[in-house]
Amino acid sequence: MTATSGTDAGHAGRFADPADVVRRLGDVGYLADVQIATAAYLADRLGKPVLVEGPAGTGKTELAKSLASVLGARLIRLQCYEGLDEAKALYEWDYRKQLLRIQVGRSDTAGGEVAAGWSEIEEDIFSEAFLLERPLLQAIRATDPVVLLVDEVDRIEVETEALLLEVLSDYQVSIPELGTVQATRVPLVLLTSNDTRELSEALKRRCLYLHLGYPSVERERAIVLARVPGIDGRLAEEVVRVVHLLRGMELEKLPSVSETIDWARTLVLLGVEHVDARTAVSTLNVLLKHKDDIDEASRALSGMAT
Amino acid sequence: MLDVLTGFVAELREAGLPVSLTETLDAAAALGQVPLDDRALLRGALAATLVKSSAHLETFSTAFDVYFSSTRGPGAAGPGSDAPGAGSQAPEPWPAGGDDGPEAVGAPVAPGEPELDVLLDAALGRGDPVASARAARLAVALYAGFERGRPVGISYYLYRTLHALDLAGRLARLSEAVGRAPADDGRRLGMPAGPLGDRLVEDELAVRADVLRGQVEAEIRGLLVDERGSAAVARTQRRPLVEDVDFMHATRDEMVRMRRTLYPLSRLLAARLAKRRRRGRAGSLDFRATIRRSLSSGGVPLEPRFRAARPAKPEIVVLADLSGSVATFARFTLHLVHAISSQFSAVRTFVFVDGIDEVSRIFDRSPTIESAIARVAAEADVVHLDGHSDYGHAFGVFAQRWGREVTSRTSVVVLGDARSNYHDPGAEQLALVARRARHVFWLNPEPRAYWGTGDSVVEAYLPVVDAMVECRNLRQLEDFVERLDP
Repeated sequence: MTATSGTDAGHAGRFADPADVVRRLGDVGYLADVQIATAAYLADRLGKPVLVEGPAGTGKTELAKSLASVLGARLIRLQCYEGLDEAKALYEWDYRKQLLRIQVGRSDTAGGEVAAGWSEIEEDIFSEAFLLERPLLQAIRATDPVVLLVDEVDRIEVETEALLLEVLSDYQVSIPELGTVQATRVPLVLLTSNDTRELSEALKRRCLYLHLGYPSVERERAIVLARVPGIDGRLAEEVVRVVHLLRGMELEKLPSVSETIDWARTLVLLGVEHVDARTAVSTLNVLLKHKDDIDEASRALSGMAT
Repeated sequence: MLDVLTGFVAELREAGLPVSLTETLDAAAALGQVPLDDRALLRGALAATLVKSSAHLETFSTAFDVYFSSTRGPGAAGPGSDAPGAGSQAPEPWPAGGDDGPEAVGAPVAPGEPELDVLLDAALGRGDPVASARAARLAVALYAGFERGRPVGISYYLYRTLHALDLAGRLARLSEAVGRAPADDGRRLGMPAGPLGDRLVEDELAVRADVLRGQVEAEIRGLLVDERGSAAVARTQRRPLVEDVDFMHATRDEMVRMRRTLYPLSRLLAARLAKRRRRGRAGSLDFRATIRRSLSSGGVPLEPRFRAARPAKPEIVVLADLSGSVATFARFTLHLVHAISSQFSAVRTFVFVDGIDEVSRIFDRSPTIESAIARVAAEADVVHLDGHSDYGHAFGVFAQRWGREVTSRTSVVVLGDARSNYHDPGAEQLALVARRARHVFWLNPEPRAYWGTGDSVVEAYLPVVDAMVECRNLRQLEDFVERLDP
């Protein structure tokens, strides 16, 4: 509830309206639909992070990159993994430098003078100069516009999620020795998740939610046309329709949008003009990565060969 | 607007979505940022703020359509407004017959069936969204036989309309015509000739038919909302969330939705087991790594390093009842087993009715779950005498033939309703297994209230197993996984 309090001044409408989001993302080659545009627009207007969830390869990370380039902002990325901790996500004291500082203090006073007071050293070694910024703190302290991407947040343990909460709801980081660091300008924050586990309620409550599923035929065709140079509209249509056919099958891992693009590129390189069953079967390994899936799909497609 | 929002949130909560106060406030704030007359943006804004899980999107959609479909409501634009350029050509709003009685509602039939035919051809043959919306509207007017005050729900009118439309027959005729058409025919969507192209065209036609079906439903829903108000219609439209669907009575469609949730759940189960294993034993001190590490801090070993512990391999033995009384549940359990066995190498699966057979290899070899289930049904030797479940005999044979392979690392999971058709429950046989195993869990798809009634022999097993858990839906399964301590 307090998410927007005190931070309103930090951001002033980076987008005019959702249509503006669509247009500007389109300029950098990212085709947004209404859902994506509304979520990005609201994230900006309400000053809230967006949790982007969906299967792998549907353009979640790409969305963050495109937003950053549209806004002329620096992309700060925190790649999550199991075992990620405070020292890697928020900040860390540079203890090597601190040790050096203490030793310097000792050698200075080797002549017999009373050593510099401990409190003085302590104050010194817990100052900014000895602080190593990690992505979250970096994003909070940035004075230039930034987009913070917390990638694959479902990889960290539930307990570690708590690390993110303060940053996500209040855009601040508390450092016991220094006090609280408040964001000067609210960064646009995106979290991505592959939906491998349920995220905690506390995290979800602080975020807007965007589900990125597989796109419709029309949208995917537009994506292919935008991403694959030199592809014929007709080939793009066929490619996308075959991929949709495969997505309707019982496969272990359905082909993602990025794999559709790879496949379209492959076909263009091979000089294919029309996708027939035989071409599709012979290049299936670009689309599908499990042997069982390839076998299954080949069998189905071979049945449709002329 | 705030009233509509409050009602809408109340409906979402009724339907089981966990919408918090924070989220409601967010939604209210979001509504202040988007133009309210744009239905797509309105939907987007509410979805982004109120729904936090992809499994809940469908419930949200239904509720949204009910609350924001009314011609009087704030989202007054027709169903075609989502499509670009549809706004200007959208058909006239339905004449909401206030005092005119039922006859007036049926009045605008005038254009009649020939026009509907043309519209349907445009909708299905060309995929024209405007034509599709108009066709839906006209079809409902012609065939639904809508009457005010009739105590029937959406499905009744939907059935009547779709039955009269005969979409399946129309699709079949269309795809046949397309199949014969030359490759450069417009109806082929630029798809190449041949079976693959035909199939792709068929898929597209099916998608268009689905769109039309959705529009017909939206149309009927709009009529009902006008008549009865959003709240009343929403109540009849409420469907259980996928996590609350009872395994025993799941429809085919619900099974498909459940399966999508099941896969992450089995991953969670796997992760949980793996995590506990790693945390369980700390490795010994790695002296060399500690010293090497200490060099960077001036020789002071600040951070001791440990060797990674070698995890013990957990073994899971699943015993699944496949008898008729739990047929749907059994199908579901096979899905679960398939999901689990794709995560663990050491899963052994046994299925039983009155005989018992190992089917682990069928699961390992079959490429898809469907083929695995078909093969289990065809190949597993599970019927010993009469095909009625006999737990006693099944456990007896298991204890005798495979009992020795159960070790202190093995977790045994029994899936079944413990209805043994008045045969000997054979609890002592299961006890033999339980004594060797690390854990024995029993997931029972029956409501707890029915346990011990009739031929249910739950009492006999309770002292033998570590826990017997009611497992009627995904939520309960999830609870079980959460509490699981391997």
